[in-house]
Amino acid sequence: MTGTTQEARDIVLRLDGITKRFGPLVANDAISLTLNRGEIIALLGENGAGKTTLMNILFGHYTADAGQVEVFGKLLPPGQPRAALAAGVGMVHQHFTLADHLTVTENILLGTQPLWQLGLGLGVARDKIARLSADFGLAVHPDAKVSALSVGERQRVEILKALYRDARILILDEPTAVLTPQETDALFETLKKAVARGLSIVFISHKLHEVMAVADRCLVLRHGKLVAERDTHQTSGAELAALMVGGAVPELSPSTAKPGAPLLMLSRVTTPDAEAAPGLKDVTLTLRAGEITGLAGVSGNGQAALSDLIGGLIRPESGTLELAGATVAAWSAHDAILAGIARIPEDRHKTGTIADFSLTENAILERYREAPFSRKGWMNWGAAEGFARDIIQTYDVRCPGPDARIRLLSGGNMQKLILGRVLEPGPKVILANQPVRGLDIGAITFIHSRLIAARDAGAAVLLISEDLDEVLKLSDVVHVIYEGRLSPGFARGSMGPADLGLWMAGQGFDHAA
Amino acid sequence: MSEIFDILLTASFWAATIRIASPLIFATLGELICERAGVLNLGIEGIMVIGAFTGWVAVYMGAPLWWGVMAAMVAGMAFGLLHATLTVPFGLSQHVVGLGVTLLATSTSYFTYRLMLPQVTSPPKIEPFQPLPIPGLSDIPLLGEALFSQTALTYAAFVLALVVALVLYRTPLGLALRAVGENPAAAAAQGLSVTGLRMGAVIVGSGLMAVGGSFLTLSAFSSFFFEMVNGRGWICIALVVFGAWRPGKAVLGAILFAAFDALQVRLQQTGIGAIVPYQVFLMLPFILSILALVIMSRRAEVPAALMQPFNKGER
Repeated sequence: MTGTTQEARDIVLRLDGITKRFGPLVANDAISLTLNRGEIIALLGENGAGKTTLMNILFGHYTADAGQVEVFGKLLPPGQPRAALAAGVGMVHQHFTLADHLTVTENILLGTQPLWQLGLGLGVARDKIARLSADFGLAVHPDAKVSALSVGERQRVEILKALYRDARILILDEPTAVLTPQETDALFETLKKAVARGLSIVFISHKLHEVMAVADRCLVLRHGKLVAERDTHQTSGAELAALMVGGAVPELSPSTAKPGAPLLMLSRVTTPDAEAAPGLKDVTLTLRAGEITGLAGVSGNGQAALSDLIGGLIRPESGTLELAGATVAAWSAHDAILAGIARIPEDRHKTGTIADFSLTENAILERYREAPFSRKGWMNWGAAEGFARDIIQTYDVRCPGPDARIRLLSGGNMQKLILGRVLEPGPKVILANQPVRGLDIGAITFIHSRLIAARDAGAAVLLISEDLDEVLKLSDVVHVIYEGRLSPGFARGSMGPADLGLWMAGQGFDHAA
Repeated sequence: MSEIFDILLTASFWAATIRIASPLIFATLGELICERAGVLNLGIEGIMVIGAFTGWVAVYMGAPLWWGVMAAMVAGMAFGLLHATLTVPFGLSQHVVGLGVTLLATSTSYFTYRLMLPQVTSPPKIEPFQPLPIPGLSDIPLLGEALFSQTALTYAAFVLALVVALVLYRTPLGLALRAVGENPAAAAAQGLSVTGLRMGAVIVGSGLMAVGGSFLTLSAFSSFFFEMVNGRGWICIALVVFGAWRPGKAVLGAILFAAFDALQVRLQQTGIGAIVPYQVFLMLPFILSILALVIMSRRAEVPAALMQPFNKGER
């Protein structure tokens, strides 16, 4: 037995020269990699580096323009998820692919049996699911409807789906993006159990400390190219970050805040529950001038209600709102804008911009009825375009020009335009809801530094984010929101991620006033 | 009020209710299958017309009654194929395509009918399905006449409801069908063909709608005439919502609507009918159905991907 055949047997997955183009964009440029039995490799890269595209090719969602995929020594036919599944590849998507109105068992069973068969064999399936749950530490109720599950539980169902099909290779696309630190730890335990049983794992992430904690090897993608490969114990977070960005990463170190007068005060505010998310429950919150208040929490715990309330989209059921000392009774979105509340919406595509409007039109979306953009009921497009040009220049928005439709812009440039739109008028309160989600490091640094600059200029900033690292880095005070209730404020540096994680999971609220 | 109770106690009222419900059950189940797979089929009204016409023509030309039913089903499936091709792989607006199919199927039927019988004023009759009393069961007082002295096609409607329910909830095919209506991306990720499943559902569902239409000519009226479907297709769309996309509840809804319909005809003959204009009675089943719909469907779980086209590999 020679070394080479030994090695060949241990390679479970081989990608060879994968190239994929979307129009002029080369998403994957001749990428080759291998995965060994019982190994966790991390695929690192910024958004748009091509990680997800590569995995979608491996899984057969996309067809590569060139290159081939080999699983357990056999060539995989391109463009066939069924073939990938049959070969033992299981994928846990970033956006879960579960049907909400079906039960856990039904979701797991889906597609595992021949269609033309009488009976579903639910009993047998339940037994197998129970066994897998126990073996891999993936507790979930088999008869619960998916719509009733938490995000962490849904992810467990996704993993169970792959294991149920006897997957030998698991691909996890940004699995920790939506988890609390405790849930992340539990996930890593599961992955270690899986590897101990001889499974192999591809872990896609851009969170370096997680990669360092869990992966054996790291592969770094940048602009569609595989730029580096490192053993985890021979590299550092700083080196990987530099490789991802293609240069040294600027460090952001906010100066100490100088908190001023309270600008926006919520006293004992309660809002009605929405269909999918809870409303606020007796929330008291003070946003001070010159201070960044961070709001941590798993999504769907009342963040939407809070930002809609401050943005003027909903009204409190009880409790009061005070802006700069004056109680605000009725409060519409338009009033909020005029009162100096700047909103960076959670979803820049859905509520932040109108995709087929030009940059100019999007730039004045919040103020088109005000001077100088309109006078006596007539638009002044000259003033509007001038405003858009100012933003493009000041906020470094890379675009063909103010007349271009905003849908042509990348997420980062779109977000910079929104940032300019709300910061230029000099707002009192800035409501930044997930301001950097899905952006690359360059854009993130830019937007964070602008928020800090606005703080130093005397604005009160409320930063809502699911990314605990972001909240901890920027916030002078941190609150945790859980099922519509707000934790006490914690000063910068007084709480670590693990402490906040407990609050995010709901612990501590029972004792807090 | 006593008139209503008198009517409710007659076997003929219940027999009529079940008879009126039968075509609705076929077509509602057909629509339910389409919608469970994520496709709203507004072609239903026209497909019922083409079913009524094709079934009648086949029998008029000398085919046995069951062949007429099969012919109707094939015609319905052909229009289903048209609908499915335009809405599933091409991803066109399901509203526009559905209304187009309804217009096309209806006018094709009327046009062909006129070509075949240019001079006729009173529509020619065929020999329809005869009642088929089930030995033993049909002797039960009241119930026997109401439920077990119907035509074979009516029995088939109820058996079909059971089959559809079993397939939907007890087989992998049903699970796959529900999944493409809830989250097609999830189904595709499990290696299922969303296009194939949705097209199959629309074609089979359209076949059932056409069978519902053929019930009108082959079991109820024994001839074909213009406007005979008369909005039954649209009622079935409402019945699917009423039944919260569940076959059992949808059948109950069809029976409820049919009961109102049977009731209003009989009420017209009573003392109330002498005072109240008959148009009010005609409105009754629709008004009561709207009320029932409002009450019943408030907590219904709509298939999450209803009316959402699915394109593989789109970014």
